[in-house]
Amino acid sequence: MKSIQDLEAIRQKTLSEINLRNDRAGTRVVVGMGTCGISAGARPVMMEFVEEVNRRNLKDVMVTQTGCIGVCRLEPMVEVYMPGQEKVTYVLMTPEKVAKIVTDHIINGKVVTEYTIGAAE
Amino acid sequence: MREISLHILDLAQNSLTAKASVLTIGIDIDHAKDTLTVTLSDDGCGMSPEFLKNVVSPFTTTRTTRKVGLGIPMFKANAELTGGSFDIKSEVNVGTAMKAIFVLSSIDRPPLGDLTGTMISLVISNPSFHFHLDYCVDGNAFDFDTEEISAALGGDVPLDNPDVVQWMKGYLNEGFESLHGGA
Repeated sequence: MKSIQDLEAIRQKTLSEINLRNDRAGTRVVVGMGTCGISAGARPVMMEFVEEVNRRNLKDVMVTQTGCIGVCRLEPMVEVYMPGQEKVTYVLMTPEKVAKIVTDHIINGKVVTEYTIGAAE
Repeated sequence: MREISLHILDLAQNSLTAKASVLTIGIDIDHAKDTLTVTLSDDGCGMSPEFLKNVVSPFTTTRTTRKVGLGIPMFKANAELTGGSFDIKSEVNVGTAMKAIFVLSSIDRPPLGDLTGTMISLVISNPSFHFHLDYCVDGNAFDFDTEEISAALGGDVPLDNPDVVQWMKGYLNEGFESLHGGA
């Protein structure tokens, strides 16, 4: 059973970890969560990003949300920002597509072209 | 929206846009009365009486990119479809409160859905915002408060820390299960 007291242990663990910076620092995964994105299934996509990033222990990748990105018919949409690179927009996202984006793009730096807005348009 | 928890995720954005400092989400399931009541109340900038009067119209929105805003109208429609009701009150500089009552046994009532997912999505996207959830089933309550969690973390570990997120997920799931498990 989880209790509030567990948080003290998490705090100690976090504070004792040495903050190793690397070239992924500042990477952001932004999930479009307007009414359109949410009804198209953005929440499971976001949760899968959180899971995958945690599974691979990518401490410096931030997963966050934004409002309507503007092309509602291609929702759920996800924007990936990496330092020194152009923003990449992935469209018609599903939780199944998440692992490939994390491994190929975020870890290995190779954009998954077939999932991008460029491929859909 | 397929789930009531997706409505909550959507409507919470209104409170964040309204620059609220705390959002209280209430879910009260009452089998005797056959109701599922959802309340959202914030201390944001509120709405003028004129705006409030039209806020349930799909053609009312504060955004400037287009003229439709479907969050509140769809929530209202889903509640009323079950034979329930919807009410919204707001005052400028005080805040906004809305309440939707769903008839629990109605075949048209959407499932509550993944409330843990909704709460986690909200917290990691807004780690310094104060969310409070009151979840109640037939008088038995479970509550989740991000300020309490921040305080327990001593204020120096953010709530979007992966270990904290995993803990919150477990805490929420166990909390909901404890009220539904029949134990």
